[in-house]
Amino acid sequence: MRIAVVATCLGDALFPRAPIATVELLERLGHEVVFPADQTCCGQMHVNTGYLDAALPIVRHHVEVFGRALDRGADAVVAPSGSCVGCVRHQHAMVARRAGDEGLARAAEHGAERTYELSELLVDVLGVTDVGAYYPHRVTYHPTCHSLRMLRVGDTPLQLLRAVRGLELVELPDADVCCGFGGTFAVKNAETSTAMLADKMASVLSSKAEVCTAGDSSCLMHIGGGLSRLRSGVRTVHLAEILASTDRGNASADLVFDTAEVGP
Amino acid sequence: MSVHPGRAAQRSRTVELGMPTVASDPHRHLRGTESFPAAAHKALADTQLRRNLGHATRTIRAKRAGVVSEVDDWEELRRAGEAIKADTMARLPELLVELESQVTARGGVVHWARDAEEANRIVVDLVRGTGADEVVKVKSMATQETGLNEALEGAGIAALETDLAELIVQLSHDRPSHFLVPAIHRNRAEIREIFLREMPDVDPSLTDEPRRLAMAARAHLRRKFLAAKVGISGVNFAVADTGTISVVESEGNGRMCLTLPETLITVMGVEKLVPTWADLEVFLQLLPRSSTGERMNPYTSTWTGVTPGDGPQAFHLVLLDNGRSNVLADRDGRQALHCIRCSACLNVCPVYERTGGHAYGSIYPGPIGAVLSPQLTGIDGPDDVNASLPYASSLCGACFDACPVRIDIPNLLVQQRAAAVDAHTRPTGQDVAMQAAAIAMTTPGRFKLAERALGVGRVLAGRKGRITSLPWPASGWTNARDLPAPPAETFRQWWARTHGGD
Ligand code: SF4
Repeated sequence: MRIAVVATCLGDALFPRAPIATVELLERLGHEVVFPADQTCCGQMHVNTGYLDAALPIVRHHVEVFGRALDRGADAVVAPSGSCVGCVRHQHAMVARRAGDEGLARAAEHGAERTYELSELLVDVLGVTDVGAYYPHRVTYHPTCHSLRMLRVGDTPLQLLRAVRGLELVELPDADVCCGFGGTFAVKNAETSTAMLADKMASVLSSKAEVCTAGDSSCLMHIGGGLSRLRSGVRTVHLAEILASTDRGNASADLVFDTAEVGP
Repeated sequence: MSVHPGRAAQRSRTVELGMPTVASDPHRHLRGTESFPAAAHKALADTQLRRNLGHATRTIRAKRAGVVSEVDDWEELRRAGEAIKADTMARLPELLVELESQVTARGGVVHWARDAEEANRIVVDLVRGTGADEVVKVKSMATQETGLNEALEGAGIAALETDLAELIVQLSHDRPSHFLVPAIHRNRAEIREIFLREMPDVDPSLTDEPRRLAMAARAHLRRKFLAAKVGISGVNFAVADTGTISVVESEGNGRMCLTLPETLITVMGVEKLVPTWADLEVFLQLLPRSSTGERMNPYTSTWTGVTPGDGPQAFHLVLLDNGRSNVLADRDGRQALHCIRCSACLNVCPVYERTGGHAYGSIYPGPIGAVLSPQLTGIDGPDDVNASLPYASSLCGACFDACPVRIDIPNLLVQQRAAAVDAHTRPTGQDVAMQAAAIAMTTPGRFKLAERALGVGRVLAGRKGRITSLPWPASGWTNARDLPAPPAETFRQWWARTHGGD
C-alpha cells in the first residue's frame, strides 16, 4: 500500500518521534510511505477554540494537500493522532458547510473516508495485530477521548500492544476518563485541567506501569508534563514508538523527557 | 422564528410586540457573576465540595451504567428519542397550538409567556386571584429559571419547595447545583445542620441518618400539603395530541402538590412537548435510567385538564418562551432544546465532577448548561461571563455518549465557542495569535520558519531538557506541567535527511 503520512503540526515540530516511528513501522511492514511536504495542520486548534472562520483556509489547505496525495496514487492517509483524525472526519465538512462551501465539504468527506488513525489503519485496514515489535517494559494504555469517542477505535490499540513481545500490559483504572488536556482548555481552564490531570496521574501511578502510552502526543504531553513535574519516574511514550521498537533498535530509550536530561 | 402561533396572537395583545431574542433573567438565575475559571478556582479549592461531588457522581454513574447496559435496544431508544425531539422542534408552533386546544377543551387555561417576567406576572396574578398567601411547589427548572419564588415573595406569597433536595437548597438560602439533585454538593452532615438551623419544629436529636433526615422533611412538609390551596409545578412531558401533562419524580411529594390543592399552576418551557401519547413510551424508558439510574421512577403523574370532583378544580398552564424561539431559529443549536434534563451529562462530565454546578453561574450547569445558558441569554462581548461557559469543557465527549436523546453536546460547545468569538467587540490577544497561526498554517514556507523559531525553546530548556516556567498565558501550562525541550530535528528535517526532497 502507498500511505500518505500526516505528521501533525505538534508531531512535526515538538514530538517528531511519533510520526518518525509511524513511517519506520509502516516501511518495516512493507508499505510505501509518502510525506506531502506542503502539509501544515488539520486546523483542530482553531476549530475547537471557536475560530471556525479562521479555520476554513487551514481546512481547505489540508483537504487540498491530501486530496492531491490521494489523486497521485496514495491508497490511504494516516496520522498518529486520534484527535487530528477526529477533526478531519467529524469537523472539516462542518467548517466548510458552515461557510457555505459545499464543494469543499464534499472533498473533505471524500478525503476523510480514507484517513485513518494509526491503530485503525493497522488493524482495520491492513489487518495486522502483531507488527513484530519488541518492547520489554511494563506499559499502561490511556485511551484518548477522541480515539475512544470520536473514532471509536475500541480495543484495537490494546490488540496491538498485547502482541508486542516483552511488553507487560497493565490495566489503567478509570481509563476512559479524560486526562484534562482538551487543547486550549489546558491553558484557559488550567486549574480544572490540572485537577483532572491529578486523578489521571494517580491512576497511572497506581497501575505501577513504567510507561504510559496513548495514541495522541498532545495528551501525552499533558500527562507526561505532569509526571515529569512530579519526578514520578514514569514516562509517556506514543503508541507508534512502541510498535516501531524492535529487538534491533533501542527499545529501552526514554523518548520524551528524560533523554534530554542526560544532556550535553 | 416565533413559536407564538397566530391563533394565540389574536387573543393576546402582547404577542404582537414580537418575541424578545434572548431570555430575560430578572433574578440572575441564568447568567453568573464571574467567569467560569474564576468560579472554578474557588470550587476546586473546596475539599468538602470535591469529596461530596466525587462520591455522588461516581455512585450515580455506576447506577446508570448498570441499568442502561441491561437494555438491549438502548441505542435504538436513544435514536427514537432523538428523532421524536427533532420532529417536535420542526413543528413546534403547530404542536403548541394543538396542546393549547386540547388543554382548553378539557377545562384547563393556557397562558403564553414571552419571557421570565411575563411568566412570573401571570403566576403571581393567578395566585393572588385565589387569595392564597402560600403555595407548595414541585421541583421545576422552568420556575427556577424565571426566579418565580422571588417574584412570589415580592408579592407577599410564600413558596415552599417540596422536593427534598430543593427544600435543602431553599432552607439554606443556597442555589441549586444539579438538575436532579439540586443539593448534590451537600453531604448528610451538612443537611442535618441545615435542618437543625432552619426547621422550626425539628427534633433536636436529629441524626444524619438518611431515613431520619427524610422523616424530618416529611413531618415539616406534611402540614403544608394539607393546608395548601395552590400548587405550582413544572413539566417533564406535555403531550400535544391529548393535552396531557406529565411529571416524573421519586419522592411522591410532587404527587401531593399535584393532587391536593384546589388550584394547580404549571409552568413549562415550550420545548417540553412531545407530539403523541405513544411517544411517552420512549421517554419514560430513557429518563429514569439516565437520571436516577432506576429502571422506573416511583411516581409518574399525568393529568389532562380538570377532572370534576378529582384533584385540582382549576388548572393553568403557562407556556414559557424566554429565549427558546431564538434557540429554535438556529438549525444546529436547536438540538439543545431536545434536553429532557436527566442530568446524565452532568454526572459523567469530568469538569462538572470537579467544579460542581455553581461554577457555571446558571441554574443550568454542566455540559448542556454550558451551551444552553449562553444560547438563552446571549453572549455580550468578550468579557461577558457567558463567553467563558462554552470553554468549560475538554470536549471529551462523555456527555454525548450518556445523553439519552443523543444531543451532540461537543459540537454545540464548539458552535457556542464560535458564537463567543463572533461576539468579540475588539480583537483579543487570542484573536491575534489565532490569526497569525492561521496564516502560518496555510503558508507552508512560513510554517517551516515558525517551526525553526521553536529553537528558542531549546535555549529555555537548557541543560534540564525540560521547560518548567513560561510567562503568561503559557504559565497556565507550566504552573503544573513541564514542557519537553523542542527536538533538535523536526519531522520535516528528518524526512529530508532520510528520504530526500523538500
Ligand atoms: S443534555 Fe442530554 S444528558 Fe444532559 S441533561 Fe439533557 S438530556 Fe440529559
